[in-house]
Amino acid sequence: METETKKKRVTYLNVAHGVKSWLFTVDHKRIGLLYLVSITLMFMLGSFFAVLIRTELLTPAGDLMSSDNYNKMFTMHGIVMVFFFLIPSIPAVLGNFLIPLMIGAKDLAFPRINLLSWYIYVIGGCFTMWAVITGGIDTGWTFYTPYSTTASISKVLVPAIGVFITGFSSILTGLNFIVTIHRMRAPGLTWFRLPLFVWAHYATSVIMILGTPVVAVTILLVGLERGLGLGIFDPKLGGDPILFQHLFWFYSHPAVYIMILPSMGVISEIICCFSRKRIFGYGFVACSSMAIAMLGFLVWGHHMFVSTQSTYTALIFSVLSMAVAIPSAVKVFNWTATLYKGSISFEAPMMYVFGFLGLFTIGGLTGLFLASVGLDVHVHDTYFVVAHFHYIMVGGALMAYLGGIHFWWPKITGKMYAEWPARIAAVLVFLGFNLTFYPQFLLGYAGMPRRYHFYPEEFQILNVFSTAGATILGLGYIMPLCYLLWSLRHGKDAPANPWLATGLEWKVDSPPTPHNFESTPTVDEEAYNYPVTPAAEAQSV
Amino acid sequence: MSELVSRVQHHFADAEQQYESATFGMWVFLVTEIMFFAGLFTTYIVYRHAYSAAFAEASHHLDVAFGTFNTVVLIGSSLTMALAIAAAKQSKQRSTAIYLVATIALGCVFLGVKSFEYAHKFHENLFPGANFVYPGPDPAHAELFFSIYFAMTGLHALHMVIGIGVMSVILKETLKGSYNAEYFTPVECAGLYWHFVDLVWIYLFPLLYLIGRH
Repeated sequence: METETKKKRVTYLNVAHGVKSWLFTVDHKRIGLLYLVSITLMFMLGSFFAVLIRTELLTPAGDLMSSDNYNKMFTMHGIVMVFFFLIPSIPAVLGNFLIPLMIGAKDLAFPRINLLSWYIYVIGGCFTMWAVITGGIDTGWTFYTPYSTTASISKVLVPAIGVFITGFSSILTGLNFIVTIHRMRAPGLTWFRLPLFVWAHYATSVIMILGTPVVAVTILLVGLERGLGLGIFDPKLGGDPILFQHLFWFYSHPAVYIMILPSMGVISEIICCFSRKRIFGYGFVACSSMAIAMLGFLVWGHHMFVSTQSTYTALIFSVLSMAVAIPSAVKVFNWTATLYKGSISFEAPMMYVFGFLGLFTIGGLTGLFLASVGLDVHVHDTYFVVAHFHYIMVGGALMAYLGGIHFWWPKITGKMYAEWPARIAAVLVFLGFNLTFYPQFLLGYAGMPRRYHFYPEEFQILNVFSTAGATILGLGYIMPLCYLLWSLRHGKDAPANPWLATGLEWKVDSPPTPHNFESTPTVDEEAYNYPVTPAAEAQSV
Repeated sequence: MSELVSRVQHHFADAEQQYESATFGMWVFLVTEIMFFAGLFTTYIVYRHAYSAAFAEASHHLDVAFGTFNTVVLIGSSLTMALAIAAAKQSKQRSTAIYLVATIALGCVFLGVKSFEYAHKFHENLFPGANFVYPGPDPAHAELFFSIYFAMTGLHALHMVIGIGVMSVILKETLKGSYNAEYFTPVECAGLYWHFVDLVWIYLFPLLYLIGRH
């Protein structure tokens, strides 16, 4: 009897059928899934370029492709992964799906703008695909002038337009989140009762709306210079290519925090759930997100230590860059303190959290190396930098993304994934990742420059390690794709709250109904009121 | 009353929440617009500081009379826009429509004058690129000035075109009787946008036309 009523229950997944019902949906949960599918495809495309890069680097000679093609490979890898995977990943998928649920709202403030942002993302993605198919771009993902405006003979304009367009998807998502979090919170859900996931997304959204327009106009200027002959950055006219770098990094450094802040939100949710404890120092963790967002705007100059910046400017940027480490460290210490005396269990999402803690810490500490002017001059443009930002972006952001996908998978799909394959995949990702990128720290410190497809023979052994690691890492990514898809058909039905977690999203059925809540919930407790006992849970549902 | 209820989308608790979300969203959007233009203003500041003499000289090749006329036109359009919102708030649909038409007309006058100015610059070979010919000293830095001039005013003009498009939709809805004292959010949001675009021009005019004329 009970299973029969369950089958008939209307959820956001079965309320309507057909392609049209998805393409014209304004339900934040369905739009989250649209994003999930599209960014997964972009991730595969970006990974494809990574495979070619790592294969090329197996041998010291440039034997797989020409220098020109290699330039295109790392450029396309960067553009696709940064603009089309990492930046939208957690906000557009999990943020879209969860923020209204977490704050007790029926949808985001502007559902149609939310759908529009997905279409804008897809159009931007199409431009990029077009550029890939018709010959690719070789400027590096940074579009540095004057190479991008005058010298490069590759297709610069098309992917630049793609990045420009996709920026507006990010702006609209950020705008939607900010208004939603300000105006749509359930009664009783005060700012300091919000889940930290929401705080992290609020901070992210601030960066999205303040930073993204600047890179949009910068890329527009590159386009005007290349397409129409306006000479904004042209040194022939007295224009300053370094000005481009300033404008570009004013967004693109904070963009790193667009990638990492949402993952920090995910970590806070999961770590409390699986240590059965309230987060240690809620206020500090919440405010450190805002501090990272604000300080993040003051550090862009550390990308230009070696490009004609004055020593004093460099010193100031160096100090400010190190200052970002403080709120980041506050988070890591508070997470660790949360674990202390908790009843820790090792479900797959928690395995990703442990992976994140280690990798993010290494990535963050090597960031301090790079923030020190003297050392940065030595390792600038070497594999040390490559390893550092992969520890943050892949070891940090991507680990948390995977952890979050696993954690909320039962809520999103209504199905439980298979636990053991998931744990094995998490371990593979961790091991594969370290084997891929740790050798790159050593390579960079020994002086191997980035962006070359051949290298001296003494670097080969470490490069072989790195490629071997990438193979394991690839396996670790393919596994979730398989068992998560498998669970859609064969997984056990998920209860409303499989992890006994706190938060409004766990108080509604899995998967939720189209309008999330029958009646607007009222919140009368602090966030992370752990432990949740099965008896109390039964009472509340 | 039932008319009013149907205007509240399903995910809002009441009309007030919907109104506050919409206007707040518009303000946040204007913040992104400010940052969008901020990139250009920064570029302007850097180059004006570096090449102030050349910029002052090049500025003399812009026509102050046209610029002043357009400034007056735009301020006038801001006035008619404000009056349109005031009229909409009082459910005066006829006057709302008239003021909106006036706003659109003034916007078109601005764009007409601007395109005339552009045509003149093309004719004088002052558009940057291969055909750029500059009679004065320091032509390279003057070309930089005109690059910035075209980028900034061009982007501003694009915002005007979008604004006129938005106004036309608002006008159509006004004529259909969609707005009244209970529901006028779109008129107000369009107005915020229009005022912003005007304000950008208020900065562009002295920065581009009036260098070295004080």
